[in-house]
Amino acid sequence: MFDSYRENTLNYYPERCINCKRCTQVCPHAVFAEGEKRAELVRSSECMECGACALNCPTQAIEVQSGVGCAWAMIGAAIRGRDMDSCSCGGSEGSCCGGGGEKETTPCCEVK
Amino acid sequence: MGHTVEPGLYRLGCPTPDSDVFVSANYTLSFDALRSALAGRDVYILVLDTKGINVWCAAGKGTFGTEELVRRIGITGLAGIVRHRRLILPQLSAPGVSWPDVVRGSGFLVEYGPVRAHDLPEYLAAHKATPAMRRVEFPLRDRVVLIPVELVQALPFMLVPVAALGFLVSWFIAAELVLAVFAGTVLFPILLPMLPTKDFSTKGLILGVLVMIPPAILGAGAFAPFQLAAAAATLLIFTPVTAYLALNFTGSTPFTSRTGVKKEIFRYIPVMAAMLSSGAILAVLAGALHLLGVI
Repeated sequence: MFDSYRENTLNYYPERCINCKRCTQVCPHAVFAEGEKRAELVRSSECMECGACALNCPTQAIEVQSGVGCAWAMIGAAIRGRDMDSCSCGGSEGSCCGGGGEKETTPCCEVK
Repeated sequence: MGHTVEPGLYRLGCPTPDSDVFVSANYTLSFDALRSALAGRDVYILVLDTKGINVWCAAGKGTFGTEELVRRIGITGLAGIVRHRRLILPQLSAPGVSWPDVVRGSGFLVEYGPVRAHDLPEYLAAHKATPAMRRVEFPLRDRVVLIPVELVQALPFMLVPVAALGFLVSWFIAAELVLAVFAGTVLFPILLPMLPTKDFSTKGLILGVLVMIPPAILGAGAFAPFQLAAAAATLLIFTPVTAYLALNFTGSTPFTSRTGVKKEIFRYIPVMAAMLSSGAILAVLAGALHLLGVI
């Protein structure tokens, strides 16, 4: 109940994994852990769909539809009649951001 | 722009052809954080053109990406300056960079350093990151710095309703709206991890109810004998305001997925709208009946 974040678009195909460990290096939420023979998907529901693991997996063992989880941007896109899935940060229209530089390690939607 | 660094290759100290190459964004704060973490070392810093945007956001947009990295390696002639073929990138650039494509495009092998530049000295000792170095956290300090931004974003939407309520209805009710907005923009970021449930909307509803109960009780007296209806109307109207602002805070956090936020929007926006409209109807009814009773 009251957890919309349990499911996401992350898919892992362990049979393709060659244990290069890149996914464990790039994930900011420790979704993957190092295993004996292959990476292990240990905290799937913590995935924020940033897409780093999939992009850096040399064998396409990981799939995820990456995007920014920003209600402001998505509601804005919906109101303007645009696609909620293609809105993103930092652009001109359909964007939640003010643009400009931001504080390091904060996500896309805030300007410091 | 005062926040940008000229893209290109920079020398820190007196690097040799065997010195490490670190890659950074051309946002001043990103570059300075890296520079101060590497103080005293002889290294190269390759600054990409990320349009003055920090590493993570630029990676998300793709400006800190494979294409720009490969291009910048070519423009700077890095391959002729260093003997090795290794680059150290910030971990948070990974959403924009595909290391296999960088190798194919430039011959350089990418190594992902820690999330935070200040962990670099420890990381460089063995070129190994501890689990904590790889994790993005959202501590109180980081949440508090966002409060002014949240306020500035909410302010233009709130001025007209507050003035309208104040002049046309009552300043007490206008103050209730101010309180609801304050809860959503100031209290919510501070209390985020303490509020129950995982969804931001429900966290916001809970916070909204808690904050609005005292004024709802205080203000209801004026509507006798319809105190209950007036108090209920107050809660129904103002808690969705806090909840909506709470939902919008998802974009400021470093952990909400698009899938989850989208689910929240479809789940709770109708609930918030229903609360608001039923509260408004109730308020009008209670107000009208109260006035009739007075007459």
